[in-house]
Amino acid sequence: MRAPSPWLLVLCALASPWLYAVADAWGLDSLMQTLAQNQSGRARFSERKFIALLDQPVESSGELVYVAPDHLEKNTFKPVPEGLVLDRGLLTIEREGRKHTLPLSDYPDVAAFIDSIRGTLAGDRQALERVYRLFLGGSSRHWTLALQPLAPAMAASISRITIVGEAGQIRSVEINQADGDRSVMAITPVAPTP
Amino acid sequence: MSGLPHGGHRLVIVVWLAFAVCCGWLASRASFTADLSAFLPSAPTAEQRLLVDLLKDGVASRLILVGIEGADAATRAGLSKALAERLRAEPAFSAVNNGESAGLVRDREFLFTNRYRLSPAVTAEHFSVAGLHAALAETINGLSSSAGLLLKALLPRDPTGEMTRLLDLADGGTRPASIDGVWAARDGQRALLLLRTQAAGADIDGQQQAVAAVRRAFDAVAGEGAAVRLLMTGPGVFAVAARDTIRGEAIRLSTLGSLIIVALLLLLYRSLATLLFGLLPVVSGALAGVAAVSLVFGVVHGVTVGFGATLIGEAVDYSIYLFVQSDGQANRAWLVRFWPTVRLGMLTSVFGFASLLFSGFPGLAQLGLYSIAGLLTAAAVSRFVLPALRPGGFAVRDVSSLGLRLAVLSRQAWRLRGLLAVLLLAAGLVLTLHRDAVWNHELAALSPVPAADLALDAAMRADLGAPDVRYLVVVPGADREAALRSAEQLGEKLQALTAAGVIAGFETPARFLPSAATQQARLAALPSAQELAARLGAAVLGLPVQAGRFAPFAADVEAARRRGVLTRADLEGTTLALAVDGMLVRHDQAWMALLPLKAPLAGPSAQLIQAAAVREALAAAGPPGVLFVDIKSETDRLYAGYLQEAIHLSLAGLAAILVLLLAVLRSPARVARVSAPLLAAVLVVVGGLVLAGQRLILLHLVGLLLIVAVGSNYALFFDRRGGDSHGGVAPRTLASLLFANIATAAGFGLLAFSSVPVLQAIGATVAPGAFLALVFSAILAERPKPWTP
Repeated sequence: MRAPSPWLLVLCALASPWLYAVADAWGLDSLMQTLAQNQSGRARFSERKFIALLDQPVESSGELVYVAPDHLEKNTFKPVPEGLVLDRGLLTIEREGRKHTLPLSDYPDVAAFIDSIRGTLAGDRQALERVYRLFLGGSSRHWTLALQPLAPAMAASISRITIVGEAGQIRSVEINQADGDRSVMAITPVAPTP
Repeated sequence: MSGLPHGGHRLVIVVWLAFAVCCGWLASRASFTADLSAFLPSAPTAEQRLLVDLLKDGVASRLILVGIEGADAATRAGLSKALAERLRAEPAFSAVNNGESAGLVRDREFLFTNRYRLSPAVTAEHFSVAGLHAALAETINGLSSSAGLLLKALLPRDPTGEMTRLLDLADGGTRPASIDGVWAARDGQRALLLLRTQAAGADIDGQQQAVAAVRRAFDAVAGEGAAVRLLMTGPGVFAVAARDTIRGEAIRLSTLGSLIIVALLLLLYRSLATLLFGLLPVVSGALAGVAAVSLVFGVVHGVTVGFGATLIGEAVDYSIYLFVQSDGQANRAWLVRFWPTVRLGMLTSVFGFASLLFSGFPGLAQLGLYSIAGLLTAAAVSRFVLPALRPGGFAVRDVSSLGLRLAVLSRQAWRLRGLLAVLLLAAGLVLTLHRDAVWNHELAALSPVPAADLALDAAMRADLGAPDVRYLVVVPGADREAALRSAEQLGEKLQALTAAGVIAGFETPARFLPSAATQQARLAALPSAQELAARLGAAVLGLPVQAGRFAPFAADVEAARRRGVLTRADLEGTTLALAVDGMLVRHDQAWMALLPLKAPLAGPSAQLIQAAAVREALAAAGPPGVLFVDIKSETDRLYAGYLQEAIHLSLAGLAAILVLLLAVLRSPARVARVSAPLLAAVLVVVGGLVLAGQRLILLHLVGLLLIVAVGSNYALFFDRRGGDSHGGVAPRTLASLLFANIATAAGFGLLAFSSVPVLQAIGATVAPGAFLALVFSAILAERPKPWTP
């Protein structure tokens, strides 16, 4: 059994809506600067996982919550309710009445991933570039940020994360796995973030 | 100062020598122990006996928690791996875990390979068409979850989700954090290892070797002068340290105390020969004490011998009285004038200690016997042997001038009665205010383990998720299989209690080693390859998956059907073996399954389990012999019971002393005068201890008894009014009392500085108590008539 890193994918999806972008003097640095201003927010998501074993994609939907600086939630409502909270390095998953708490230090590749998400939310390009090679494409009105893992362990399960944004809003996060399976998460902010 | 002793004297000496040789022989053959059993009950209930056995050699008693501090995380992780590698080669350890993934991979492989024998979900219904359909639908739903992409890899081989189920069960406890591939503290500042010794926890020599092996291995891997530190805790580590501390302190403090007393006596006697004579009663008494305890109890506790120091305090007084009070006159004069008083004082002590003989607490009963035998012997040697050795009497330094000065002081002492009354009122007030906090009812109060070590142990235990077993359900069985079956039966009950919120969860040995019967039932529930293929074809209808995807699943089920049942040997090499061994133990002739319960984290009974609810549920349908044990409250209840018993026994001893005094003195007024200063001293000492924030333990009580025992001599001398026609106590007697008092206070005073709670309690009680008993005796003595020289 290879050990994939599901939390890595989860957390990517978790943090992505807060990757905002603005137009002026547009580039990676200015994108990061704007992202650093995110304090908190709430968004709906719907996610489809395309898995080769299955004839159809599996779908789920729910809500995402972010409170700066280190609290992220992914609350799934369908098809099976699930609560997932990342708070200061502890990942808590609640599903079917059971609660699991995982210290992130147990999952070094996930920890690296989280650091990169934190780096992104903090607009810390350096932190991000320690873990990924970054590709920014498009314009400030419609941009695509691609993250390609540098570490072989991480690259063995994730080949690429693609974040698509329109102006200041994230529209989707797509995670491509090394085995060809992928997940696509579409995101709709519930209310404008302050 | 005549020559050789004659006649009757010679007989006395021969008898004494024969007695001393016998005692010495018995003492030399006595077996000594320094384990915790001095503080454990001798006639316990079934729960308590089990508890004692678990404390002595249960798996929990064999755990050593190791921490590595200093340097950086990578260095600590490297050391942890190197240390673990060395220790795995040591025969002293049956398990060495440091979180290296090798162990976890083995565990996972074991669970995965044996999932159809281990999973409680494996039933005939689970593998019917409807059951398979439901299980597949659930697993596919699971793919949509956050963990879906992890489960994805398992789908072809384990579409019914047994592995997920087993991991959920295995993950019940919190797992230690991990840094650089090895266990680490939550704050990341310490690498952690968990060792299990071959030696039982009560085998202190074995534990000592294990501890030394860890130190050696660590020194070898860390190298000289490294900036890293090794930390070790655990029952065995503590027992080894406690033994060293008690042994070290008992020897150091008794030696120091003896030196002080010897110096004092030498100053007083100015003669080495007299000094040696003076120590004869003490040595004879100590030998007789050990011999008596060894004869009656078979084994002598180190703590009892530690009181050798305390016996010196009183036994040495007898020879001081003899030498100083007789002052070179013929011993006969002393025997006539003083011996009855000394004898009465000795008898009051014996009556006081006799009450301890009835204690169910072996340490106390031994102490009582030791003191009685020691005091009787010391007094008898002072009375008969010393005069026989030196019929002419003993010359000591002339203390009459000191005695005269003391006499002047003591004649004025009555003026302090007002102050004494104030002191007594204050002590009474303190005790009234703190009446609920006078006694410490926790057994831990007797533990010689420093609080800092206990805190470190608790921290490492929490980080490791090592069992801090407080609540246990215990069920016996004739053999392993029977115990496992009972554990399975109990598991259903406990599941219901978990659902009801009475408990937060439980562990059971049957989780990773189900009974053979259960395993066979599970294997019988698995369909044949042909049947399974047919059922799968029907089960996937309506699901977004093809039956053909599950060929690996069908192959695994077929392989499981062909394998037999798991035994304990199959667990070897996994960390699960450690868990199972801890919960499935051989006890006497039978086997015993131990099921630790977890207390609810929140709610009305957070951190506590309602014992009544659990007992009721177990009694309703539990297997025969099932017990629910709350270890902490059980041990505390046990100790509180002994404390209560000791208080009652001491009061009975006090009553016996009063009756004795009344019978001898034949005057209630004199009894009151003798006992008043002693009770006043006890009251003031207790008040002082409570005021200083000490909560009294059993050994304080013993100390109070010693105050009465030692102090009764002083009070009786002040009651005699003899020797001085003008009233008041004779100057020589006063001087002898002062020296006796200094010797006692010095011997016990040293103990007050011990880091061992039992020794400290005795010292802090008796040293001030003996001094106060003397002063109060002087203050409360009958007011003398005016001095007319």
